[in-house]
Amino acid sequence: MNGADALVKCLEEEGVKYVFGYPGVAICPFYDAILNTDIKTILIRTEQNAAHSASGMARLTGRPGVCAVTSGPGATNLITGIATAFADSIPLVCITGQVNSELIGSDVFQEADITGAVESFVKYSYLVKDAADIPRIVKEAFYIANSGRKGPVLIDFPIDVQQQKIRNFSYPEEVKLRTYKPTVKGNTLQIKKIVKELEKAKRPLICAGGGVRLADAKEELRSLVEELQIPVVSTMMGIGVMATEHPLYFGMVGNNGFPWANRAMKEADLIMMVGARVADRAVNQPERVMKDTVLIHIDVDPAEIGKNAGATIPIVGDARHILKELSEYEIDGEYGDWLRSLESYKQEMPVVRKPDPKYVDPAEFIRRLSLKLQDNAIYVADVGQNQIWSCKYHVVRNGRFLTTGGMGTMGYSIPAAVGAKLARPDRQVVAVCGDGSFQMSMMELATMRQYDIPVKIIVLKNNYLGMVRQYQHFTYDDRYSVVDLSGSPELEHIAAAYDMKFMRIRDMKDLDKHLDELLAKDEAYLCECIVDPMDLV
Amino acid sequence: MNKKVFQLLVENSSGVLSRISGLFSRRGYNIESITAGVTADPRYTRITIVASGDDEILDQIEKQVEKLVDVRNIKVLDPADSVYRELCLIKVEVSEDKREPLLALSNIFRANIVDVGPESLIIELLGNPSKIEAFLELLRGYTIAELARTGVTGLSRGLNDVVWLD
Repeated sequence: MNGADALVKCLEEEGVKYVFGYPGVAICPFYDAILNTDIKTILIRTEQNAAHSASGMARLTGRPGVCAVTSGPGATNLITGIATAFADSIPLVCITGQVNSELIGSDVFQEADITGAVESFVKYSYLVKDAADIPRIVKEAFYIANSGRKGPVLIDFPIDVQQQKIRNFSYPEEVKLRTYKPTVKGNTLQIKKIVKELEKAKRPLICAGGGVRLADAKEELRSLVEELQIPVVSTMMGIGVMATEHPLYFGMVGNNGFPWANRAMKEADLIMMVGARVADRAVNQPERVMKDTVLIHIDVDPAEIGKNAGATIPIVGDARHILKELSEYEIDGEYGDWLRSLESYKQEMPVVRKPDPKYVDPAEFIRRLSLKLQDNAIYVADVGQNQIWSCKYHVVRNGRFLTTGGMGTMGYSIPAAVGAKLARPDRQVVAVCGDGSFQMSMMELATMRQYDIPVKIIVLKNNYLGMVRQYQHFTYDDRYSVVDLSGSPELEHIAAAYDMKFMRIRDMKDLDKHLDELLAKDEAYLCECIVDPMDLV
Repeated sequence: MNKKVFQLLVENSSGVLSRISGLFSRRGYNIESITAGVTADPRYTRITIVASGDDEILDQIEKQVEKLVDVRNIKVLDPADSVYRELCLIKVEVSEDKREPLLALSNIFRANIVDVGPESLIIELLGNPSKIEAFLELLRGYTIAELARTGVTGLSRGLNDVVWLD
C-alpha cells in the first residue's frame, strides 16, 4: 500500500461517494488508486468548478465535498472555488498534487506553493511529508472542515509521498486535536438572558443566516418561531430556511432586500441574529440599526460576534443546540400587534415593477418557474442581477436555495447544480444564471453530458453584465464601460453542440406551456429567456 | 490607540508563525513586536505579541487568533499582573576618552557592557519596555551605530491562568 492508496481508503472511510477533479502528473498516483474503490470520479472542465461542484454536493449532503487536482496551475485554478467556499462557510476537503518533496522550493515545472497561497481562505492546510501521517491528516481534515464554522481544508500531497510505501493502515476512530475545540453548546446563563429579553420585547425579530442551514437547525428555528409567533427575516445565505410563503417569514433584508424586511429591522426592539454575520450587504450601517435595539447574536464563530455590531447578548455555539435549548423554556411573549403591523407594511410597500411586455419579466418568470417546480426542488442562483431576482422572487417550499452570498463568484450555479444533482438525483435541480455567468461555466455542459447529469439551466439573457451595467447607470450616468456582452455565442448552437434540449422564451406569452415542457422530464435543458437589457433589480 | 500584550500557546510546527503573522497582515492589524520560543513541552511554542489598535480591533485580534487551528490558547497579559521583559543590544560609537559617562549611565541602569572596541561599545540592557525607552532617551547625545531589540516577552504572575499541558 502506498500513500495514495491510504488516502483513497480514508475517503472511503469518510463515506465519500464522489471526487470532482482534474488530473495531472502530480496527482496521478491518487487517480490510479481511486480506480480500486467505488468512489466515482467526475472530470470537471476547469478546476475552479471542481470546488463549486464539491460545494453543491456538500450543501446537500451535509458532509464535506471533495475535489482533487494536480499541482501548479491545477492548484492555483482551484483557489477561487476555495475562497468561495470559505466565504460561504461550506465544508470542503481539497486535495492537490505537489511536485516531489525534495524539489519543493526550487521552482520546478508545475510547482506552486499552494498551502501558502490559500492560507487566507482555508480553515487549515496540510503539506503531507510522510505517508504514515495520511490517516490522521484526513481524519482531522474532515473534522475541521465540518465542525465549528465550516469551511475548506486543503491537503497538499507531493507525488513521492503518494508513492511512498506504508506498512500498516488504520483509520483513527476519533480526532485528537489539542488546539482545536469549537464550542457547540451555548452558555445556559446567556440563554436565560435571551428568555428574559424576549419576555420584555414588544417587537422581536429573528434574522436567520446561512448558519441556520449549516447547523441543520431549520426545524428547531421553525418550531421556535411558530410556538412564540416571532417574525423572521433572512440574509441571502439564509433564504430557504423558512418557506417563502410561511406567514411568519418576511423575506430577505439588506441593500437588495425587501423594504418591509428592512423596515422590520429598523423598528424591531429585539433582533436575534442566528448564524448571520451582520455583514455589509445584509445590514447597512449596523450601528444605526442597532442603536436602541437589544441585539442577540448567536454564532458558532466567536470572532463574528461583535465584529460588525456590538451584541447585547452574545452567545457562541451551534444554532441547533441553542435554539433547541431555548425552546425548552416557557416564554411569555405577546407579539400579535407587531406581526399585524409587519403584515400591513408589506401591503403598504409593494415592490412595483413595470416590465416591458416585449421581454420575459425575470421577476414573474422566476416566481412562476418556482411554483411549477417540485416541492423539494433545488434552485441554484448565480451572481448578478439574476441572483437578486432569484433571491426576491423564487418561492422556496421544502426545497433548497443555493447561491454564493458571501463571495459572489460568477459561474457558481452550473457546477454547484452538477454537485447538487449528483447528491440528490431524485430531485429537480435548476441553475439560473445570466449570460455573463453562464459563459463563465459553460464548459461544464460537457461534464453534464459525459456523466448524464440532468440539470435544467436557465439563462436570463440581456447581452449585458447587468449588475455592473446597472451600477454604471446609477453611479456613472450611463457611461457604460466593458459591460457589453454582444459577442456571446448562440445558445441554441451551444445546446446542440452538447446534445442538450434547447428552448428560447421571448416574452411572457404561453409561459406556462414553456415551463411545463421544460420541466416535463428529468433531462438536461438549456432555456434562454430574453430579458430587457435596461431592467433594474 | 491602545496597546495590548497577547500571549499565545501554539503547536510547535512549521508554518505556525507564518499563519499568525499572515493573519495580522491580511486583516490590517498592527504588530509592534513578536517573540517566539519553544516551551518546557517541546510540542508547544509560546509567542508574545504586542499589538496596537482601538478596543474593537484588539478584541478581534484575540478572537481571530484564537480561531486558528494551531492556537491552543491566547490570553492578554494584564500589565498590572504580569512581568514583561525585553532585551536590547546597543552599539554606540564612542571614543575611548568619552566612555566614562556612558559606563556610569549603564551602571545606573544595570546594563552590561558586552563588547568593547577602540571606537565602540555594545551595551546589553534587560528590562521592561519603558526602562529601555528611558535608557535610549538618555543616549540621545551619543551616536547609536546599531540597535537590536528582541521585543517583549512576558508571563502573568501566579498560577491562576496557567494552561497545564497534558
